[in-house]
Amino acid sequence: MLQTETRPLRHHLEGQQAAGRYFWGANGNVAFADLCGGTSLAGHLNELAGRSVLLAARDQLAAAVALIELDGVARRMVLCPPDVAAEHLAEIAANAEVDAIVSDRDAADFAALGIPLHVPAATSIDKVGAPPTGRCRTEWLLLTSGTTGAPKLVRHDVASLTAPIRSGAQAPIWGTFYDIRRYGGLQIFFRAVVGGGSLILSSAGEAVADHLGRLATHGVTHLSGTPSHWRRALMSPMARAIAPRYVRLSGEIADQTILDNLRAFFPHAGVGHAYASTEAGVAFEVNDGLAGFPTSFVDIGQGDVDIKIEDGSLRLRSARTAACYVSRDAPALLDADGFVDTGDMVELRGERYHFIGRKGGIINVGGQKVHPEEVEAAINRHPAVWASLVRARRNPITGAIVVADVVLRDRSTAGHGLTAQTESEIVAMCRQNLASHKVPAVIRFVASLDVSATGKLVRQAARDA
Amino acid sequence: MSIKLTVISEIEQIAQQHQKWLAPLTDDSILMNTGLDSLCFAVLVARLEDRLGVDPFSTSDDISFPVTLGDFVRVYENAAN
Repeated sequence: MLQTETRPLRHHLEGQQAAGRYFWGANGNVAFADLCGGTSLAGHLNELAGRSVLLAARDQLAAAVALIELDGVARRMVLCPPDVAAEHLAEIAANAEVDAIVSDRDAADFAALGIPLHVPAATSIDKVGAPPTGRCRTEWLLLTSGTTGAPKLVRHDVASLTAPIRSGAQAPIWGTFYDIRRYGGLQIFFRAVVGGGSLILSSAGEAVADHLGRLATHGVTHLSGTPSHWRRALMSPMARAIAPRYVRLSGEIADQTILDNLRAFFPHAGVGHAYASTEAGVAFEVNDGLAGFPTSFVDIGQGDVDIKIEDGSLRLRSARTAACYVSRDAPALLDADGFVDTGDMVELRGERYHFIGRKGGIINVGGQKVHPEEVEAAINRHPAVWASLVRARRNPITGAIVVADVVLRDRSTAGHGLTAQTESEIVAMCRQNLASHKVPAVIRFVASLDVSATGKLVRQAARDA
Repeated sequence: MSIKLTVISEIEQIAQQHQKWLAPLTDDSILMNTGLDSLCFAVLVARLEDRLGVDPFSTSDDISFPVTLGDFVRVYENAAN
């Protein structure tokens, strides 16, 4: 039975529940016990009541505190990650009917938006006695990522965002490589706040080793990120300093290679991958250490989530699904039966469905389709390979061909003769496991791959190499 | 390595990787009879672009695809000049 959470978040910090719990940021921390009886918003909380608030803080700690304070008070919160382009802010603000901004940035940065109220976000807590208790069911508006143009706004509330959370470990100390303004990071924020734990926040621009050092200092027990985040973390010597009990992947396809790497690196940790999207919420978690998910998930569903595969793509229906897109000419989020089409393509192999890529990311090689991600999974099986990115390259014969950028585990060999042997082996391995048109025609060895602010490999539209 | 030798070495490598039986290569060899399929030619053009720095089939609109190996090599020689 689905338990619907309707109490404002502040209730989870009251009384004894707050003891010993913290948000730890890169530049400071906030004790839940202080937050419970105080405010960071310098007496403006009453003014923000009932408003549509653009929460645009640079600092994640300031944002985390404001989320707690505003839930139940504001009518609506727009969770604006720091990497949102300035030119999109006006459209976002208009679509969300924003009439107040909470930010640690200069008010002048937002002058062009013409928003009447600007409240400074801070991480210092004033003890003011009992802060106003909100009764409102605040809308949480998240921005979708990964598309061109202005991001779409997706409407959730505390009920849909906390629906996937089951009571688990006692007082977990969560860490995440995500920004908490993104769905993947926000899930971890809720797991910490609602699940009786603490949270170690990431910080844009912080060196991976420094972040891992903070995770170690605060004794992280549960840590989450995308496969790209994890590959980057495991390349740092500081990864040896942490010993999480639970390692979680989401946001990108978790292939067998990264799952095996994490299990070998953290032999005492449970390693799980979750499927979630901003629109559909968390659909399911896979904890058997294998890539993909069992067909039984589709046949019998996963708790309150119904799963179906139609035209090869994964479709979900549940209370965790966002209510709707918020904008003037938004497309329908749900089909007639209430399912969201995730756009993630799956393929049945034996008793398991495997993710093979995005519906829109297909490379067309002479009329035959290739999902870059399935080629990457094949390349990543080579023991010398650390990560790979497969993309289309324009071609006069077949329209496009498949090419790959590959990062080797031992990056000192890149650019040397040793790579010729590795290249032949990778091609031979791909030929064994993939149809001819999916085998990369050209392999380029590179020192690193670009990872976006959302922790995913940066995939660009087809273009020349 | 001359352009001709570069082309032949790439053809031989691609044939081997794609497990194609390759007919003996001469200037008069008809490309479509060499044993390579269109995917192999697509790969060949991409690799030659990396090695020689030109893709004559994309940079010019009026090049018809050559019939013989000799014609194919000449297209690259002309583009390189």
